[in-house]
Parts: sequence; C-alpha cells; structure tokens
Amino acid sequence: MVRFFSALGAPLLAFTQYLGELVLLAADTFRSIFTHKLRWKLFLNQVVEVGLLSQLVVIITGAFTGAVFSAQTFFQFNKLGMGSAVGAVVSVSLCRELAPVLTALMVAGRVGAAMSAEIGTMKVTEQIDALRALAVYPVDYLVVPRVLAMMVSMPLLVAECIAVGIAAGYLVAIFMLDINGTYYMANMVRWTRSRDIIMGLSKAFCFGILIVFISCQKGLTTREGAVGVGRATTEAVVNASLAVLICNFFLTMMFNIIYPAGYQ
Amino acid sequence: MIEAHPSPKMSAEPPLVSDNSSPMIAVRSLEKKIGQQEILRGVDLKISSGETLAIIGRSGGGKSVLLKHMVGLMEPDSGEICIQGQNIIGMNERQLGAIRKKVGILFQGGALFDSMTVEDNIAFPLREAGERDRKALRSKVSEMLEVMEMEGQEDKMPESLSGGMKKRVGLARAIIRRPSCVLYDEPTAGLDPVVADSINRLIRRLQQRFGMTSAVVTHDMKSAFDVADRIAYLHEGRIYFDGTASQLQQSSDPLIQDFLLGRSDGRGD
Repeated sequence: MVRFFSALGAPLLAFTQYLGELVLLAADTFRSIFTHKLRWKLFLNQVVEVGLLSQLVVIITGAFTGAVFSAQTFFQFNKLGMGSAVGAVVSVSLCRELAPVLTALMVAGRVGAAMSAEIGTMKVTEQIDALRALAVYPVDYLVVPRVLAMMVSMPLLVAECIAVGIAAGYLVAIFMLDINGTYYMANMVRWTRSRDIIMGLSKAFCFGILIVFISCQKGLTTREGAVGVGRATTEAVVNASLAVLICNFFLTMMFNIIYPAGYQ
Repeated sequence: MIEAHPSPKMSAEPPLVSDNSSPMIAVRSLEKKIGQQEILRGVDLKISSGETLAIIGRSGGGKSVLLKHMVGLMEPDSGEICIQGQNIIGMNERQLGAIRKKVGILFQGGALFDSMTVEDNIAFPLREAGERDRKALRSKVSEMLEVMEMEGQEDKMPESLSGGMKKRVGLARAIIRRPSCVLYDEPTAGLDPVVADSINRLIRRLQQRFGMTSAVVTHDMKSAFDVADRIAYLHEGRIYFDGTASQLQQSSDPLIQDFLLGRSDGRGD
C-alpha cells in the first residue's frame, strides 16, 4: 500500500509542479502585458505566424468538416423527413463545438509545436541565457508577443473555420444532396443564435491561451539538447491537445449554465 | 591587489598581496550542487576593476558554472556575489537587468540569435535600450565589426559563420553597450591556434582600449598566459591557486604542475 502511494506520489508531485509552473508563467506574462511596453514588431510577426500562416490548414479543416457533417446529418435526418434541418445542425455544431475544437487541435499541432521547438532550441543553444545576459527578460521578449498574437488570432481563425464549414456544408447540401437551399438557409438562420457564435469564439480564446502557455512553458524548460527539443515539442502538442479536449467539456457545461439548452 | 585563497597544498607559495580598492566582482563562499554533484564548494574570488583574471581548471570542474553565477544566470545554494559592491543573490530577473547592463558575457558557442543577421545580433542590445536611429545603429555596428576585424559581414546569418567569427560577433554584441566588465566562457575552445591567438589579442585590445575588467574561463594555458594579469585555478569546487602567471609557472605544487604540463597520471590525480 505504501509502495502504491509512493509510486503515485512522484508523478502527482511532478504534475502539480507542472501546473504550478504554468500558472506562474501565466501570472508573469499577464503582469508583463500590463506593466511593460509591447514589442509591436514581434507581436505582428507572431500574428503572421499564428494567424496568417494557419489559413490553409484552418480552411481545409473547416471545409471538409462542414462538408462531411452536412452529408452525415442528411443521411440520418432524411430518414425522418428532416433533410432541410441539416443547415441548422451543421451551423450550430460548427459554432459550438466542431470549429473551436478542431481549429485548436490544428493550431496546437502547427503553431504550438513550432513555438515549443523554437523556444526549446533557443534554450539549449544558450540563446535564452544570452537574452537574460543582455538584460532582456525572456517572458517579455518571447512569451508576451506569442500570447497576445494567439489571443487575437484564435477567435479569428475559429470564425473563419465556422464560415468556411457552413459554406462547404451548404454547397454539399445543395449540389450533392439535393436539399432545398431556401429551407436550408431559413432553418440555419432561425436556429443559429448569437450565443452560439459567442460560445465558439470564447472557447477559441480559452484554447488559444492554453496552447500558447503549454507550448511556451515546454520550450522554456527544455533540457538535454536535440533530444530534449524533440521531447518538449511532442509533449507540448500532446498536452495542449489533451488540455483543449478536457477544457472543452467543462466550457460546454459552463456555457450551458449561462445559456441553458433549449432556451430561445 | 589580489588575495590568495589559502589552501593547505599551497601553503608553501608566497602570500599574494591584496589591496583595499573595492573589487568589480567579489565572490564569497559560493556553493552550488547540481543533482547529487557538488560543483562549487565554497569559492572565494575577487576581480579588481580593470584587471583581467583567467579562471583555469579541468573540464567539468565548474568554471562555466562559476562564470554564469557572476552574471546571475544561475542561483547558488549559498554564498554571495557582489558586483561593484551590490549583492546580486536573491535579486529577481528584472532587478538583475540593471546589473547585467554592467557585465557582458561571451558564451562558449557565441549564443548568437540564429534568426537574426550579424548586424541585428550586434545591434540587439542597443535596440532593446531604445535606440531607433538606423544610421546610428549601423555606424555603431560597423565600428564594432571593425574592432573585431570582421568588416563587411553585417548581412550574414550566424549559420554561415565559422566558430571564431561567431565568437567575435558574440563578443561585439556583449560589449556594444560598453559594460564595465566582460566575462568570457572558453573564448578559444574549438578554434585553431591562429584564430585562438587572434581572439586573445582581441581580449587584450579591448582591455587596453575600453579599460574593461575581464574574467576569462579557459583550460587553454596559452590563452591564460597571453591575456591574464592574474590566474585562479579552480580545483574540486574551490580556488586552489590565485596568483600571477609567473607565480603559477614557478609553483612546485604537483597538482598545478600536472595541469600545466597536461599530465593525466600525475600525483595530483
């Protein structure tokens, strides 16, 4: 029994320490955002890196998710004679769940990995020590621009994913499944509320923060050369993806309290 | 000027003279353990303003760790480090910023920012200090490159530079804000003798031209004799010898003789 608890203790302590480091990094970053001057050039570079260069990935993700969801919903709903309700289902699902979660997973894979690899490489090649030695605080220089860029870019990426998904779903419904376009649009507009969009964009904001802090923390704590950079990158992507999926559930439940299901 | 660290094995050595001027860097009873390994076991060392101290010792003996402590990049388990009389132990990163403006450091591999050109690397400290005038930045970078004998290399990326060039650019970046003191971590390691000699000359020239205090960590004895006013030998986490180059060469201590002659099977092992 003692052995069991002692075996459980080490990973539990490591996990608690990891969470503590994340919280401290976040606190340090937000303190820096409000008390120190923003490096606009670095921020804009990161907006390009996070937002602009993620366009293709997000568009493809949104388009094919909307398309396949439209088709699957039609196959099931058509049996009940509810084919024209496909638009509403696709739209609400994309806004509330599919677009925020899938975009976050894609961004974690593309941007999160790049962030942890870049910062991790800087750590093992003493570039972060060089920053510190030159009286530049690494959180101000490396983390703050990335966090702000992610806060700005993620909601926009998710909004784009929703729009592209809805458009792709519409095209599939109209041209491949022979659903009446007018009914499709009317039902979609009727059942999609502003709160669905608010929910999706709020989730995007939260997921963006999770991804950026997890990735930067992994990069800043990288050790042991090239192997360490590889390990940090993998852990950043896995941890960020898991955090997104787990937080998504709790955010959904929280939003359900704010906007109860079935409320019009 | 210098205080010799009393060591049982060095009791035969003549005591070195100490002056009363406030040292640029003073290290007192510094201890550091990494994992289970005791790296520093009570280091006492003073570096006076304007002098060049070489810290020698075997590889893995804690020289670089000691150097990183001097600029606050590592935190000791116990002991004190004073820069111009100000104890830096316990300071947070932001407080250390002011100290780090006084002390530049050249890292072993140069630690250049690999996403920036040579010019951007060298201009980095000035840009961070708020200098925005492109012309002024360019002229200061050119001046530094001239000092480093690397004219016309502004637009190169670090990956296209040789080891010696990386160290020169790293040095230019470290001194462009004219710190009072420069710390060199193995400045000649991995360089051929000719390039190593040019780096040594550069260290000397910087000291003469800008009057900078220097601490050079090295296990290259030629480099130590070339650049140093004083040499400290770090052995098993303590300063085993602290004196001039001639005192070191005249020492009959077996451990020092083994190190100077590069004997691995000497009595000092």
